[in-house]
Amino acid sequence: MEALIPYIIILAKVIGLTFVLTLPIIAYSVYAERRFAAIIQDRVGPNRTGIPLTIFGCKKDISFFGLLQPLADGLKFILKEDFVPSHVNKFFFWLAPALTMVPALVTLSVVPFGSELFGEKLVIADVSVGPLLVFAIASLSVYGITFAGWASNNKYSFFGGVRSCAQMISYEIALGLSVIPVLMHFGDLNLSNIVADQAANGWLILPLWGEGLTTERMLLWIPMIISFFIFTISIFAETNRMPFDLPECETELVGGYHTEYSSMKFALFFLGEYAAMIVGSALIVTLFLGGWSVGFGADAWVVSTFGDWAGLIHLGVFLVKLVAFILFFILIRWTVPRFRYDQLMKLGWVVFFEVALINILITAVIMAAPPMLERGETGAVAALIIGVVVFSALMFYIAKSLDRMLSSDKSTTVAGADTNS
Amino acid sequence: MAKVTKLQRPKLSKTDELYLVGIFKGTLVTLKHAFKSVMGKSRGADSLNSSGLGITMQYPEEKWDDHLPEYYRGAPALVTDEQDRERCVSCQLCEFICPPKAIKIVPGEIPEGDEWEKVEKRPQEFEIDMIRCIFCGLCEEVCPEQAIYLRKDYAITGTSREEMVHKKDRLYEIGGKRVGLVNKWNDLK
Repeated sequence: MEALIPYIIILAKVIGLTFVLTLPIIAYSVYAERRFAAIIQDRVGPNRTGIPLTIFGCKKDISFFGLLQPLADGLKFILKEDFVPSHVNKFFFWLAPALTMVPALVTLSVVPFGSELFGEKLVIADVSVGPLLVFAIASLSVYGITFAGWASNNKYSFFGGVRSCAQMISYEIALGLSVIPVLMHFGDLNLSNIVADQAANGWLILPLWGEGLTTERMLLWIPMIISFFIFTISIFAETNRMPFDLPECETELVGGYHTEYSSMKFALFFLGEYAAMIVGSALIVTLFLGGWSVGFGADAWVVSTFGDWAGLIHLGVFLVKLVAFILFFILIRWTVPRFRYDQLMKLGWVVFFEVALINILITAVIMAAPPMLERGETGAVAALIIGVVVFSALMFYIAKSLDRMLSSDKSTTVAGADTNS
Repeated sequence: MAKVTKLQRPKLSKTDELYLVGIFKGTLVTLKHAFKSVMGKSRGADSLNSSGLGITMQYPEEKWDDHLPEYYRGAPALVTDEQDRERCVSCQLCEFICPPKAIKIVPGEIPEGDEWEKVEKRPQEFEIDMIRCIFCGLCEEVCPEQAIYLRKDYAITGTSREEMVHKKDRLYEIGGKRVGLVNKWNDLK
């Protein structure tokens, strides 16, 4: 029996954090999306679905502001006909939805939801390769979309799959490069330790307490903000959210990669997309916004006051940050129009890639300079700074010339079209 | 030869090219809409009789009925005059003009000894199939006796096809009595 307890704890964490906590958040983020979108557009949104008491002979239904809408949506998906068109590649057609949903949920395993509850860390797998695992698994979800597009045997779906693939590759690089300065600063890949460090020494983009008030951190703040921008925007692209939702843009590709899907298979795509969004937000919150920490040096007080229950407070704080970020995702979705495909590629390869590279060098110089100056190696520091400037100028020149090349390409084709007509 | 003017794309300033400023401004616009919507102060909320969230009216509980214009074309119905006489003389003009063929009339004679025997005819049966009706108002326009009018009822529902066919008694129930000067070509009405 004694030997079983660790396994029971793991099982409780998996069920509690994934199925009890995250799946309802996924369901309700769909509701939040619809409600918030409606509010932005001066509408009301789903506000009726509740307990239909009139069926049982009562006078009025209870509507709860439509909070039971996700339940009704789920029921609808289960009861709908699961239609498989005859022209599809059956095996991959069936495999694809699972391949989008599962990676998103697997990545949840390394996200620290809270500090310790009765000595147990509120993270399913406290591994020391957190962000790497997330990137490795999250990039698998592109297989789901690409398989769906290819197996559907339909040109619109195929375009959706291809676009998703290209988009994923171009933004994965920016995503990975932008997180390197962060990892350089923490010197650790364990997400729990990263959050604990932020709780003690200031959030990464809000270093206002602990060791965050040193000059070095103040200087580091600039590259961290750049990292935050690139990382957030790349997460938008990675999760196929609105300014970058080219794989499924309704106005161009009918429904994109899930055009041929119906019923529960479609629901899996849908949930996978929202799960990816939640994991993305959780990652941003964990890396840049202090994860579960209350902040402003209050974490030590929380732990000393609430003792073993501090984990719950921290869980609540994490969820508040998570929900705020999801709302930010939704706000951006209803604010920014979709990018054109070449703009999307240009942003990824010509802007973010270079900026992320330069950012790494800047961070390195800022981190290396103080000990070198202490040792009196001023000349070396100056050389480093000059090197970074030269590298940046080179990168800028390459980006500019690439940009000019691409745009001149376009103008020649347009001119050619003109002479032909 | 038409003169061809080539339009130039507007030159973007550096802040416009940076794009982030634009996104920030756009976010402020959407957030402003969201706040106003929650406060019930969206533009046009008052004039559209909003329920307090956005500009939407909660339909089955609140209706637009009081704001329907005079010329609203709802369900067609038969009317009686001040003396409760059926105005319809079953000339069947409306039946012939009706584009979706929704009207069916069985003409009948008014028997001798009746109060209105002088009128000679009235409909024995008058049916309007509300599934077919397109609310065009041609029946009202064509009626020489000003007996059929489009009323303001618009929520016509039923659970069977039979229920959706308005019989004569139902038509008079919707239409009611038309009092006063009824001259449809008269601007004053």
